[in-house]
Amino acid sequence: MAVVNLLERLGHEVVFPLAQTCCGQMHYNTGYHAEALPLVKRLMDEFRDAETIVVPSASCVAMMRDHYELMAHNTNDAAMMSEVKSFLPRVFEFSELITDKLGLTDVGAYFPHRVTYHPSCHSLRLLHVGDRPIRLLQGVEGLEYAPMEGADQCCGFGGTFAVKNAEVSSAMLNDKLVCVKKSNAEFVAALDNSCLMQIDGGLHRESAGQGGEGRIRPVHLAEILNSTRANPLTNESLSWDEATV
Amino acid sequence: MSIRVGHTADKASFPILAHTILKDDQTRRNVRHATDVIRAKRALRVEEMPDWEQLRTSGHAIKTHTLEHLPYYLEVFEKNCIAAGGQVHWARDADEANAIAIKLIRAAAAKVEPEKTKPEVIKVKTMTSDEIGMNAALEREGIIPWETDLADMIVQMGKDEPSHIVVPALHKNRHQVRELFLENMGLTELGTEAADLAAAARMYLRKKFLEVEIGVSGANFAIAETGSVCVVESEGNGRMCVTMPKTLITLIGIEKVIPKFQDLEVFLQLLPRSATGERMNPYNSIWTGTTAGDGPQEFHVILLDNGRTRMLANTRERETLNCIRCGACLNACPVYRETGGHAYGSIYSGPIGAILSPQLNGMEHSRSLPYASSLCGACYEVCPVKINIPETLIHLRGRIVEADQKTLAGKLSQENLGMKMAAHLFEHPRQYEAAQRLARTGQGLFEKDGKLVNLPGMAAGWTQFRDLRALPDQTFREWWKKRKSKTEANA
Repeated sequence: MAVVNLLERLGHEVVFPLAQTCCGQMHYNTGYHAEALPLVKRLMDEFRDAETIVVPSASCVAMMRDHYELMAHNTNDAAMMSEVKSFLPRVFEFSELITDKLGLTDVGAYFPHRVTYHPSCHSLRLLHVGDRPIRLLQGVEGLEYAPMEGADQCCGFGGTFAVKNAEVSSAMLNDKLVCVKKSNAEFVAALDNSCLMQIDGGLHRESAGQGGEGRIRPVHLAEILNSTRANPLTNESLSWDEATV
Repeated sequence: MSIRVGHTADKASFPILAHTILKDDQTRRNVRHATDVIRAKRALRVEEMPDWEQLRTSGHAIKTHTLEHLPYYLEVFEKNCIAAGGQVHWARDADEANAIAIKLIRAAAAKVEPEKTKPEVIKVKTMTSDEIGMNAALEREGIIPWETDLADMIVQMGKDEPSHIVVPALHKNRHQVRELFLENMGLTELGTEAADLAAAARMYLRKKFLEVEIGVSGANFAIAETGSVCVVESEGNGRMCVTMPKTLITLIGIEKVIPKFQDLEVFLQLLPRSATGERMNPYNSIWTGTTAGDGPQEFHVILLDNGRTRMLANTRERETLNCIRCGACLNACPVYRETGGHAYGSIYSGPIGAILSPQLNGMEHSRSLPYASSLCGACYEVCPVKINIPETLIHLRGRIVEADQKTLAGKLSQENLGMKMAAHLFEHPRQYEAAQRLARTGQGLFEKDGKLVNLPGMAAGWTQFRDLRALPDQTFREWWKKRKSKTEANA
């Protein structure tokens, strides 16, 4: 919702093709390559006429850039290959869209809080988004950016890894949480909801029985950029209870 | 054929082994400390190199070229090694390599150690000999192997297994090593500082170096052009092993061959900086055949296949053989950082072990290893020969799923059914939306204070350690649809 509202505020027309579903990453990365193939094809189909495609999940973009061509190549599918070649140049990860395509670092956002940033592995090592998200955070009025120690360390999510190796995944998460808390931030931002879900799940479990008071809130970068003086993002709008009222 | 990698075939799966180690705070602290130190040193020594990326590209290119022409370069190496006075033996698998080694050691012992009832050998660190279980094979034949690499000696004394390919005793700290030394060296007193331990080891090993006349080594590189062998190390014990004995036997995995002497220019920059964060190794030993009156007078090379040639057929799998065993991927890996090497159930651990062990061994063993990664990509980023480990992990997962789906049990597994169901829903958006609504109703069964608890099946892995938000009353899709119909009504 934040992506839609923000882009509309910036004067763009946003379309969400309801027939779209999944980029195929979960199946592909778990080894279900045959099952991922039709998902990939139908996704590209749904976006055949789109001018610019924004994906607010870095790891989905990494799936597209790193594997779509490879899948076409491995299945010897020339038609799919030409689809991929037309599809990929139109795909932008959210922070890439704002900085590269729209040329902005200040989107008129207002968020008077201390925020740390978790560079998700796929945004960092596969997309090489670099300091784009940090520049965007620093362009937000009132925002105090708090660097994170061990920022490049994985949060432990890793897709099906989180359930197949749940114990190791949560040990990795605990390391990440130590770094998140050390930053003394009120919010931890990222470009991937999957990492945020992992971090959120850990923080919530840790604070069990203590209420939500003082807990660090995970938030997608788009939600911060969508926050304005007129329509600010508040702690309440991110709380767990809100989601299930 | 008896291809095997250490005791991998008898080990439990990664999650089970990891479970034990995650409870062992001392080991975890040791692993964390050691990997943090090596990682920081490596970063320092890599950052100062303006041409690091070009070096990586060169390393990858040389390895790729060599592996494409491996039979040719192996034969060139064999020819030049023999011309320089060496003898070359070919071993298809672990048993064959051990049998060759035993025969050579017996023959040599009859000549150079006739007074000993039990032949002895001194060994310089060689992971390949652990791969084929050489020490156990020698002991069964009444031959005594003495590990002389400090870390390998610690592992041998503790009847332990290596937990790291460069630093095999990385899971032990100084105090634990001291205990082992006191117990095994017949000492009554021993200081607690690293220097005290090193001095004790020096005294202990010096005797072996002077007494034992047969050496066994591995190799970092075998140079086709000259028939030379190269071993790099930090202690000098390796130098003793390859120069002092009368007979030297060197075990080399066939992927270790490089075409030219000049190629060392690339690898001797990449390897020490990646492995130990040093600009160069303190000891770089390169020898060519035998030299009259200097060093071992008999030199044997055993070229080992043990599953390597079958990895050559597929380009994705072949790339794994680029590995120069620097261990940088282990030190960078957030999974290894939590579990150390023993969780991998193989002497090859960490990210490279997760792709190497199952490929060497056959996919029926070590099948949990390709899943022992969050695919974070830190391993690929540091690999000096650019092995795309995450991509290879995904490729191997694909092979496992494909094989499983051919069996009835695999078809009916919870995971396969779940994945098939998810794929079906993703292909049918209306059913997908209906499933979302259904899940929202169904989640009431597991919901407590806005979170989902005690989820069934595979999802239990999540809720055992973390909380999960319940699905919201309104999904994005519902919000979008409502908004759209409002806008249309207003228009």
